[in-house]
Amino acid sequence: MERNGRSVLEMKNISKEFYGNKVLKGINLSVQEGEIHGIVGENGAGKSTLMNILFGMSVIHSTGGFEGSIEFLGKPVRISSPFDAMALGIGMVHQEFMLIPGYSVTENIKLNREITKDNFFSKILGPGLRTLDWDSMGQDAKRALSKLEMDIDEWARIAGLPVGHMQFVEIARELDKQNLKLLVFDEPTAVLTESEADRLLSTLRKLAETGISILFITHRLHEIMEVCDRITVLRDGVQVATKSKSETTIEELARLMVGHSIESVGKRKVNLSERKTILKVRDLRVLMPGETVQKVDLDIKEGEIFGIGGLAGQGKIGIANGIMGLYDSSGSVEFDDKLLPLNNPREVLKRGLAFLSEDRRGVGLLLDMSVEMNIVAPAIEIHRKFLKDMGVFSVLDRSQIRAFAQDMIQKLDIRCLGPDQPVKRLSGGNQQKVCIAKALALEPKLLFVSEPTRGIDIGAKKRVLDTLVELNQKNGMTIVLTSSELAELRSICDRIAIISEGRVMGILDPDAEDAQFGLLMAGEYAVR
Amino acid sequence: MTQVRRFLTNNAVSILFVVIGVLGLRVSGLSLPFFLEDIVNRLARNSFMVLSLIIPVLAGLGLNFAIVLGAMAGQAAIIVVTHWKIPGLGGILLSILLAFPLAVVLGILTGRLLNRARGKEMITTLILGFFSNGIYQLVFLLLVGSVIPMKNDVLVLSSGVGLRTSIDLTGGLKNGLDDLLRIPFPVCAAVTGIVLLGVYLTRFFRRRSVRLGKMVGIGLLALFLIGWGLFQVYTRSMFNFVRVPVGTFLIVLGLCVFITFFTRTKLGQDMRTVGQDRHIAEVAGIDSDRIRIIAMVMSTVLASIGQIVFLQNLGTFSTYGSHEQAGMFAIAALLIGGASVAKATIGQALLGTLLFHTMFIVSPLAGRTLFGDAQLGEFFRAFVAYGIIGLSLALHSWKKQMQAREEARRSV
Repeated sequence: MERNGRSVLEMKNISKEFYGNKVLKGINLSVQEGEIHGIVGENGAGKSTLMNILFGMSVIHSTGGFEGSIEFLGKPVRISSPFDAMALGIGMVHQEFMLIPGYSVTENIKLNREITKDNFFSKILGPGLRTLDWDSMGQDAKRALSKLEMDIDEWARIAGLPVGHMQFVEIARELDKQNLKLLVFDEPTAVLTESEADRLLSTLRKLAETGISILFITHRLHEIMEVCDRITVLRDGVQVATKSKSETTIEELARLMVGHSIESVGKRKVNLSERKTILKVRDLRVLMPGETVQKVDLDIKEGEIFGIGGLAGQGKIGIANGIMGLYDSSGSVEFDDKLLPLNNPREVLKRGLAFLSEDRRGVGLLLDMSVEMNIVAPAIEIHRKFLKDMGVFSVLDRSQIRAFAQDMIQKLDIRCLGPDQPVKRLSGGNQQKVCIAKALALEPKLLFVSEPTRGIDIGAKKRVLDTLVELNQKNGMTIVLTSSELAELRSICDRIAIISEGRVMGILDPDAEDAQFGLLMAGEYAVR
Repeated sequence: MTQVRRFLTNNAVSILFVVIGVLGLRVSGLSLPFFLEDIVNRLARNSFMVLSLIIPVLAGLGLNFAIVLGAMAGQAAIIVVTHWKIPGLGGILLSILLAFPLAVVLGILTGRLLNRARGKEMITTLILGFFSNGIYQLVFLLLVGSVIPMKNDVLVLSSGVGLRTSIDLTGGLKNGLDDLLRIPFPVCAAVTGIVLLGVYLTRFFRRRSVRLGKMVGIGLLALFLIGWGLFQVYTRSMFNFVRVPVGTFLIVLGLCVFITFFTRTKLGQDMRTVGQDRHIAEVAGIDSDRIRIIAMVMSTVLASIGQIVFLQNLGTFSTYGSHEQAGMFAIAALLIGGASVAKATIGQALLGTLLFHTMFIVSPLAGRTLFGDAQLGEFFRAFVAYGIIGLSLALHSWKKQMQAREEARRSV
């Protein structure tokens, strides 16, 4: 639906450089009253930077500001701090929750906008010493929550709430602001369940009807198509297109976003029966909280891509974690005809296994360290590579590390400012590539990969999967891919095991019927 | 059962010190009135200083080892007032007044430094304390008498330059606050009981939402205090010789009320927010740097008053040493009360002061009875003060790690 209301936000010709690296190039964005405007783009396309500019975040101003101009309600404005943005009536629902876990819902909703009462000291010493008026704060919070039709106790502590509720508390906080004109949603559905996401989308529509304009950033194209009036696509800091919903389709958006059409990865048939078994798992039990493995037997053939699928919480994640020694496990695992010690990560790595953890930021990366050190650290530790022997002790071979890292950055197309950038500043997809590079530095014979595309946009997803296939075909590396996305498994795996209740329910061909996968996942029956 | 266990693990440190204190008291053979006399004095002396640590913890700055700077400001003011020979309450009020601007400036400087050393606040304040001690020595050991004119045979060394190593406040500020009003302990207990009863009865009748168990407990405590106090007065026991410095305690009480009030103000809430998560606070538009500076200024000013209260009670001080101890011991006391780097309450501060000083009184005596050597108790004291700080810092970061691990687990 087209709206011809007045323009609320005009961002004109916005450009931004970070240390000489252009991340935004001449973006023009306009949002009308009551419009839901979608912004799509891969990770690292410049969406967050654009929003940071709109919000006057200190990251922008401490790195030299930006070029271009912003008009709000027809008047040129300077937004040099989040406070300026708020004063204008711009609100933001953040991707990471901006909630204080130890505070109550009310305290979070009224954060820095607390209602206060005068008292004896505040009259003398200034408004800083006014007392908080808890009763009115609670009433306001309740009102904001009821606008969302959410039944949340306004005095409950955030720490105990389900994730979905936290999201709604964030929205309630923005709604509580009296002059709210424009509300930015930064990937609000990423952490929500499907029903919660549906509820959020209908809330978005209702808000737009009351005249609030909405900027909606997400990866999920069908959500964009469902609620947005117009859509702006960003790619590599360039505004590729702005289209109204009626003019476009999901396929077109996906194509614009990625820049090349999505194609399924070419599969090849391998005759597995002739191959030797490289990994033999018997009676594996893993005590991983939330992903317990009860009893798993598996035979993985040399040179195959073996998929492990199943619903969340059924134990599929636990298998790789258990074999790699990250969680307490028991049973017997034979690798290359030799018994593999359990609960001993170092020895497992030495034998030539490597692991891309599903917990990228927690287990996979040293967030504060540079890209290059992340890539080489395990290889240094396990294989004593990248070291110069000085007799009594050895030192890092900087030039070798740099050369290897640069090679990896080029090969895997890791988008970073250079090998010495801290990995925490990279986008999710690029972080995942650093993890892959790290595993490659170990030159493993067998690579466990868990949820490699979680939290990554379509384009990066495909590149990650392509890389895995390439490793398998060119280097003959055996890969065990664990993923919640069946489509992903089916696109590149030779065989897929479905796990339910901590056991292997069955092993299927990737082109087996959907119904079979469905039944196995639901734990209905076991096929062998 | 799990509740009991949680209570025990959460309060392990405090419970340990209660046990040590009680056992030590038995072993030392001190009589209760003598012990009471000493502990009441020490509570009056040190509580204010320990309480001055609460606000930086609230603002997420951790344990403020830089209260040493506040102590220095207080001491400098005392030296000036002693030089001018202004005795009693007037002298004390003047020294608080003199210390105030100095403490504000030091607090602002400390705050600004900490804003550049985010995440490393505690080690920064610790080293800052050592550094400023050098400046303090420079001023009072070299500049006084040479650059800063000062003629005073009692305070200045015979060479005419630098202060003597210890300064006696007798006839000056000594007990200027304590001696305003001294009441026998039993009377004091009875009055406290009556006030307690009055406060909670009015609260009970005004709002019914008070927990009954707590009400009964407080009621019984109040009645016990009244009964015990009156009984002791009637029997003219030894307890009547313990004379409580009411003036000092009223000031401590005033500070407690102020802190409670402060946490309920806008500024207090901002401080808590910054303390919980600086990033979120900034996104919400709170100027976290400013809030942190304010917290440091408040803490430093309170510490300067704390040191004046401390020294007037003690009556003498080591010119180049008293302030150094102030920080370490106050922090140890706070931690013993069950506080941590991230959380500290008034109750913990007061309980900690009580337990820490109980150990101070008891350990040399216990050392002598047990090992025939008071020095051993002395050693134990130093061991505990530093040990408890190290232990509690280690425990805190361990807890944080466990929490992070738990969260990582839940997110999987």
